[in-house]
Amino acid sequence: MATSEVKQVDPGIDPATGEFRVIGQGQTFRSVTEKITRIVLTPHTPLGWFAYFGVGGAGVTVLMVALVWLFLKGVGIWAVTQPVAWGFAIINFVWWIGIGHAGTLISAILLLFKQGWRNSINRFAEAMTIFAVVCAGMFPLIHLGRPWVAYWVFPLPFTMNVWPQFRSPLMWDVFAVSTYATISVVFWYIGMVPDFGTMRDRAESKLAQYAYGMLSLGWRGSVRHWARYETASLLLAGLATPLVLSVHTVISFDFAVAALPGWHTTIFPPYFVAGAIYSGFAMVLTLAIPLRKYYGLEALVTERHIDNMGKVMLATGFIVGYGYGMEVFMAWYSADHWEAFMMWNRMFGPMGWSYWVLVTCNLFIPLTTLWSRKLRTSITYMFILSIIVNTGMWFERFVIVVTSLYRDYLPSSWGTYYATKWDYMTYIGTLGLFTFLFLLFVRFLPMIPMSEIRTMLPAAKIKPKAVTEAGD
Amino acid sequence: MPAREGTYGLLAEFDTPGDLIRAARQARQDGWRRLDCYTPYPVEEAAEAIGFHRNKVPLLTLIGAMIGGAAMFSLETWISVLAYPLNIGGRPTYSWPAFLVPAYEWTILWAGLSAAFGMLALNGLPALYHPLFNAPNFRNGATTDKFFLCLEALDPKFDLVETKSYLESFQPASVVEVEY
Repeated sequence: MATSEVKQVDPGIDPATGEFRVIGQGQTFRSVTEKITRIVLTPHTPLGWFAYFGVGGAGVTVLMVALVWLFLKGVGIWAVTQPVAWGFAIINFVWWIGIGHAGTLISAILLLFKQGWRNSINRFAEAMTIFAVVCAGMFPLIHLGRPWVAYWVFPLPFTMNVWPQFRSPLMWDVFAVSTYATISVVFWYIGMVPDFGTMRDRAESKLAQYAYGMLSLGWRGSVRHWARYETASLLLAGLATPLVLSVHTVISFDFAVAALPGWHTTIFPPYFVAGAIYSGFAMVLTLAIPLRKYYGLEALVTERHIDNMGKVMLATGFIVGYGYGMEVFMAWYSADHWEAFMMWNRMFGPMGWSYWVLVTCNLFIPLTTLWSRKLRTSITYMFILSIIVNTGMWFERFVIVVTSLYRDYLPSSWGTYYATKWDYMTYIGTLGLFTFLFLLFVRFLPMIPMSEIRTMLPAAKIKPKAVTEAGD
Repeated sequence: MPAREGTYGLLAEFDTPGDLIRAARQARQDGWRRLDCYTPYPVEEAAEAIGFHRNKVPLLTLIGAMIGGAAMFSLETWISVLAYPLNIGGRPTYSWPAFLVPAYEWTILWAGLSAAFGMLALNGLPALYHPLFNAPNFRNGATTDKFFLCLEALDPKFDLVETKSYLESFQPASVVEVEY
């Protein structure tokens, strides 16, 4: 077998299991702590960081320009009009929220399933979730037309005595997304508290000691505290799991509750959730691969992680593929004239190209190649693939939004959709904002959870003999 | 907190979690009750060894969940039925299936906040000061790679000299006195 040859040469493979190691060999509590804290506590910021930060900052500037012009002129500067009244704003909203979902999946669902390998990638995946939700949450607000009255979505007692309408999925969105953002931030922060304690104790400058000291809330590692902490983490994971599934379900209701061919379907909730996780894992790979290379974290984020993420993408990719298949099948099986026309128009109409981009990026390329372990552990290939899947998932939302709307029931109301430069600037701007926030995170916060990594080291194994001896 | 003076306790440092657990279990068996272990990562066996088996975080979470869910469902009902009834396509004002979605989200929101903040409150955090940080070796080890057992002066069995030699019988890396 080919794998047995690999085993002998590659030190990254554990001979006992034949799998790649989760943590590289020869790491100790102290070496892991040093490695992770040094990235943050060094006074020397790498030059490359400034370069990327500059790119992110430029993106934020583009976003600011686009937003200022939007607030001055109104949403008319975008391409949204009848019949496509939902354009880039909703596409980007769904895309960003979807990306966030992998972070919660890694931090919560994989914790419940006791997938120890997740520990290395959990923190920055969670950070990715929060920054993605920041980008996503912006779109419905700026799309309002009158963003300064955005607080009307909350049930607050106003002098006008107007209250929200709770039968609308858009109202459900408000609660789903705001809860998701809050719980993600809390989960992320609580997870970092013990690590802030480590940072506080290892920091040399007074400022860092004070800053991390405040953030650590006075954490001292008492086992009583740890016991409550572990309970709270498990509970938060248990709560975040149904939450993450409900968030994309509610978002899919925005579409599925409308009586529009191409939207009005019951497959949407599971298909949206799977798509979210699919694109989210792609984004984790896009971020993890350069990070591990750049900061020399190959011993902590190993080929095993890349391989496992590839497997998750393979599985969710097939669920997404099933979703696409079922849409086509139902268009035929429902014998509904409008559904059938919508599907034909989606594939072969004037915007048919976008459907084929999506099928190529989301199905043909990943689902044929991810079977190969060689490709799944090839770092370069996985990086390229992650970009392809992210592109494909963006096109999926484009296809759902635009190709359903631009030709609905009445041919007299048909139209088309061409995004304006302001649409593109807002989208590119949020990519910049995401990069910007993520780089700040990498520079100032511990990007790998040290306390969780420690539990996976061989030194953390308690010899049962030593313990029982003492009991008797 | 009232200002205290004198000794907080004696702190023994161990290199491995196994040594810590053995010492903690023995101390608990010998009748020590005011004692605590400090570890750089969760060591469940150490909590068991000092007799800490249950905590109230799940109860707080349950209470938070019920309050959150009930609050949102009642708010939606009050708004839609009494405060601002709207006729949306002839649907009943009390459309409870639609109300379940925000109520569900709030159940999770308040449960999660109760779990996180309840855990901190039960732990007595945030705390700006703790005497243990006065120990010279605590900060270098407790959050990195060392395991500590602290026998506190408030325990009736505590005696500076005797307790020190008692702790030394576990062969720790060091035993130091911690001042308030």
